[in-house]
Amino acid sequence: MDALVLQILNGLDKGAAYALIALGLTLVFGTLGVVNFAHGALFMLGAFCAVSVKALLTLEHVALDPEKLTAWGTPMEIRTPYIESWFGDFGATLIDYSVPVSILLAIPVMLILGIIMERGLIRHFYKRPHADQILVTFGLAIVVQEIVKAQFGANPIPQPAPDIFAGSADIGLLIGFAENAIVYPWWRIIYLIFSAAILGAVFAFLKYTTFGMVVRAGMADRETVGLLGIDIDRRFTIVFGLATVVAGVAGVMYTPILSPDYHMGMDFLVLSFVVVVVGGMGSLGGAVAAGFLLGILQSFASMNEVNSILPGIDQIIIYLIAVVVLLVRPRGLMGRKGVMED
Amino acid sequence: MKWLNIDKSDRLLLIVFVLAVLLGPVIMTPIGGGYPDLLQKFAIFGVFAIGFNILFGLTGYLSFGHAAFLGIGSYTAVWAFKLLTMNVVPAIILATVMGGVFALAIGFVALRRSGIYFSILTLAFAQMSYNLAYSVLTPITNGETGLQLRQHDARVIDGLFGVERTDALPTTELFGLSMSGWSGYYVCGVVLIITFFISLRIFRSPFGMMLRAIKSNQNRLSYTGVNTRPYTLAAFVISGMIAGLAGGLMAATDPLAGAERMQWTASGEIVLMTILGGAGTLVGPVIGAGVIKYFENIFSAFNHDILLNVFSFLPEALQQAAATFFGLFVGEGWHLTLGALFMLIVIFLPGGLMEGVNRILNMIRRRSSSSGPPAPAPAADASVKAGE
Amino acid sequence: MSNKKTPIDTSKRNLLKGTAGIIAAGSMPLVFSNKAFAASYRNEPKGGTVTFGFNVPQTGAYADEGADELRAYKLAVQHINGEGDGGMLNTFSSKTLKGNGVNGKKVVYVTGDTQTKSDAARASAKRMIEKDGAVMITGGSSSGVAIAVQGLCQEAGVIFMAGLTHSNDTTGKDKRANGFRHFFNTEMTGAALAPVLKNNYGTDRVAYHLTADYTWGWSQEGSIRKYTEAMGWKTSQAVKTPVGAGDFSQYITPVLNSGADVLVLNHYGKDMVNSLTQAVQFGLRDKQVNGKDFTIVVPLYSRLMAAGAGDNVKGIFGSTNWHWSLQDAGSKAFVKSFGQAYGFPPSQAAHTTYCQAVLYADACQRAGSFKPSAVGAALEGFKFDGLGNGPTEYRAEDHQCFKDVLVVKGKENPSSKFDVLEVVEVTPRSQVEYKPSMLGGELGPFNNG
Repeated sequence: MDALVLQILNGLDKGAAYALIALGLTLVFGTLGVVNFAHGALFMLGAFCAVSVKALLTLEHVALDPEKLTAWGTPMEIRTPYIESWFGDFGATLIDYSVPVSILLAIPVMLILGIIMERGLIRHFYKRPHADQILVTFGLAIVVQEIVKAQFGANPIPQPAPDIFAGSADIGLLIGFAENAIVYPWWRIIYLIFSAAILGAVFAFLKYTTFGMVVRAGMADRETVGLLGIDIDRRFTIVFGLATVVAGVAGVMYTPILSPDYHMGMDFLVLSFVVVVVGGMGSLGGAVAAGFLLGILQSFASMNEVNSILPGIDQIIIYLIAVVVLLVRPRGLMGRKGVMED
Repeated sequence: MKWLNIDKSDRLLLIVFVLAVLLGPVIMTPIGGGYPDLLQKFAIFGVFAIGFNILFGLTGYLSFGHAAFLGIGSYTAVWAFKLLTMNVVPAIILATVMGGVFALAIGFVALRRSGIYFSILTLAFAQMSYNLAYSVLTPITNGETGLQLRQHDARVIDGLFGVERTDALPTTELFGLSMSGWSGYYVCGVVLIITFFISLRIFRSPFGMMLRAIKSNQNRLSYTGVNTRPYTLAAFVISGMIAGLAGGLMAATDPLAGAERMQWTASGEIVLMTILGGAGTLVGPVIGAGVIKYFENIFSAFNHDILLNVFSFLPEALQQAAATFFGLFVGEGWHLTLGALFMLIVIFLPGGLMEGVNRILNMIRRRSSSSGPPAPAPAADASVKAGE
Repeated sequence: MSNKKTPIDTSKRNLLKGTAGIIAAGSMPLVFSNKAFAASYRNEPKGGTVTFGFNVPQTGAYADEGADELRAYKLAVQHINGEGDGGMLNTFSSKTLKGNGVNGKKVVYVTGDTQTKSDAARASAKRMIEKDGAVMITGGSSSGVAIAVQGLCQEAGVIFMAGLTHSNDTTGKDKRANGFRHFFNTEMTGAALAPVLKNNYGTDRVAYHLTADYTWGWSQEGSIRKYTEAMGWKTSQAVKTPVGAGDFSQYITPVLNSGADVLVLNHYGKDMVNSLTQAVQFGLRDKQVNGKDFTIVVPLYSRLMAAGAGDNVKGIFGSTNWHWSLQDAGSKAFVKSFGQAYGFPPSQAAHTTYCQAVLYADACQRAGSFKPSAVGAALEGFKFDGLGNGPTEYRAEDHQCFKDVLVVKGKENPSSKFDVLEVVEVTPRSQVEYKPSMLGGELGPFNNG
């Protein structure tokens, strides 16, 4: 029983991660009609916002110690972070909280990047075939990756969660299990709550604001909205910026779970496309539902009991579900007719 | 009089193509690509891209799992070497057949959907194949290491013909002709020419017209009472067979089959090759395949010392700076150049490299016949000339 | 050529035939030049230089390890050619290399990108052999690639000096006459690690394995189980995880209440960084099971990659081929010349590749030739010292180096960002030796191309 509860938690956590990545993708993909292969790279850039903030906070004052030598005979370096030497304990705390702090940087940075990307590149591709969109965004993703690699190297860079969230919570106690039966890392719980908040905010924004209403109208019939004298292009730019911000903050918050490296975007790219399509093109709700569905089923498939009956099922479950869903429901879980079907 | 049943401009295209394949080593040597392995790769990926283009270029169905057929072809071929004979003929035939069989099965399911849904279905099948081949199916695929030949393999047919067994591993051959080195390239080159010819005939046939009709408006076809499924399925199977053939050739020139050949990145690569060269054109995908393989093999090999040599004419300080700067784009930075190339091509040449070629041809033609009627717009002309 | 297959009218046929004839004539020298070399051996160096091929991952997850290998190779070439401070050549027990290249020829090199993919690695190696005339290929950072390239070098008739490859198969099931490995393997890791685990954690332990689902992972799991079960540990579960899983939570939660008190992570590289980080987040290291402190073991460490797991590696046992903090003369000389050239200490990948380049050059010098069979014979059974691992032997039966194995643990108080591991024990070579027949496979004859 406790094993099942834990796997449900894992599934929710994974689902939250998938849904968050898919949300940004489906905003661009299902609504602007752009196949954005650079979406994974945006997620990665978000994660590297966290890396950069940590690097900035831990900029070190380097002094040479002539007394001690390194193993290769040069004077030993004594490194002290500026922040710590200036602000003492407060500086140390700031470094400890670098991941949450990074969100403050990631939001404006990603928004600007998104707007530049849309204005400078993507908007010229709205009317081009999907094949061209794939090629240009894939090229962009590679360029972005290589720049990050040239700057930060190829190895993963650890981004620990703040110390007080480092351990795990005994949430089994809350729901009547024995002590220590169900423990779950604090940071993963925070990630789950954070994702729910972002998902809710984006939905509310599109549903209950005039801006959101116009965007949704624009998705349905861009021309008519344009004829009504509404500048839909500018709003689409903002939607694209929003999608980048969502991808970026998802990346920041994920760093304590997955040490970021320059290639992490590609690892998520295929998965996020599968989630979006299983959810159904043009449906935000579908993408979120598909994210959680795939996350939970993937967790269950990884249980030893399941794997001993069907060896290797955990490796293919995502794709298997995708096939089954798409055969049973032609447009995914909640897809709209005619979106990206030709 | 029609020669080979094709018209004059196609005949010219075919002759140029054949010449280019035959003269491959001579053409590639000055730009540092004149060695057998790279030219074999050009030919094999050219075959693969031609096959992919029959599906994607004609019907517009974007398969994101085509590498699975390539992988299946490779595994089949290596098993044929292990169990039957080191002669490549049975291996290549079986690889083609197996590619077709899998394409039939996967196509039957995946073609029930169109657009992005189709793409994701093919992707899903390919990723399942990859993941299983990498892990659970290791007894058949030898997992991460890849399926290899061994001294004690059965090789039944070779045994029947009394081929002597030595301590060393046997090598693949075509009735005594070695499949490695230049002879291997020319075998691949001949297959490439045949595949190209087949593709040309399909493009010009009523079947090809039907596939193009599916691309431009499938609904209208359905309303006129045409069942499009058999046509798309036929295109998918042909394309899968050619992918299997390419996989078989790959194993024939280098008898090893690994799971990573089926990964989504490999499927993505063939998509990129086709779009880069010009989807829907006859020659474009082959050129796209060549460009990507050239970058992968030649640009990645430049290192700092080679760059220093290249810039040795500069004063020393500038030489170092130039080598460091260009070092960002070659050697370990070759991906960066490739990514930038993708972007530049698609921004400035919407129809891929073939559009560039056609623009240049048009310019020449316009110069030579300035008195003639005004040339059609480049884009429209591209589709006429390059055989869309 | 193609004109046999299709009906072509005569004039065109003649044209094509003529063209084909010209091409055939044009390519004849190329064909014959290969044949001409075959009389002696593949890529015999004729001029004043000899070409080595350095085939390392420059893109993908192991790009940093590959970059470090390349740094070491450049250093080795400098030292062999008599530039720089000579590094480990000064401490190497064989004194045949005089700093004037090999067999009187200056060493030059070409580089390529394996991408940590078998196909790409083979294509890259083929380029070096066919185009650049490399007489030896070396490098790499994964066993799949090593085995693939080793097979290729056997077919092509050049020597392969393996880089970082830890699977038993490289010099076991898939060994080849033309291939040689300096790095250790999972069998040695098991034999060296088990006694240390016994001393620290006792004999009454229950282990839970998470294993990367491919050949190296299985090899590692098998070796650790073999040696820990022999000393009394039980194995509660061994679960395979997909390579590159990223999030391992669904595999880690079942460990929590499984009754196991040791988690063995048979993961390498990124997988190891992620699974270890996440296992620590799930509080495994704070747990008490069966009245004992729960503990984690990472059998194969890479210092470069372990840094990605940050503080989570502290106190965790594992093994490594070499570490820069070693105090023997060879290691010190190597760290000194590497550190002075690049400003940081070398990784184990850099060390093993440097050794391989030097060992190959030395064998050529002793053999007086670059012919694979002669060089191979010079390497087989070669005993040497002074390359950082103590007295070492290239065993003739399987082309595997036998030397001491380092058991290390994550350092509690690192003094710099390179100071991630500390050596807890140097397991003597005698303890990690096994019979060559144990791992199967057959070398076959040398191939001179």
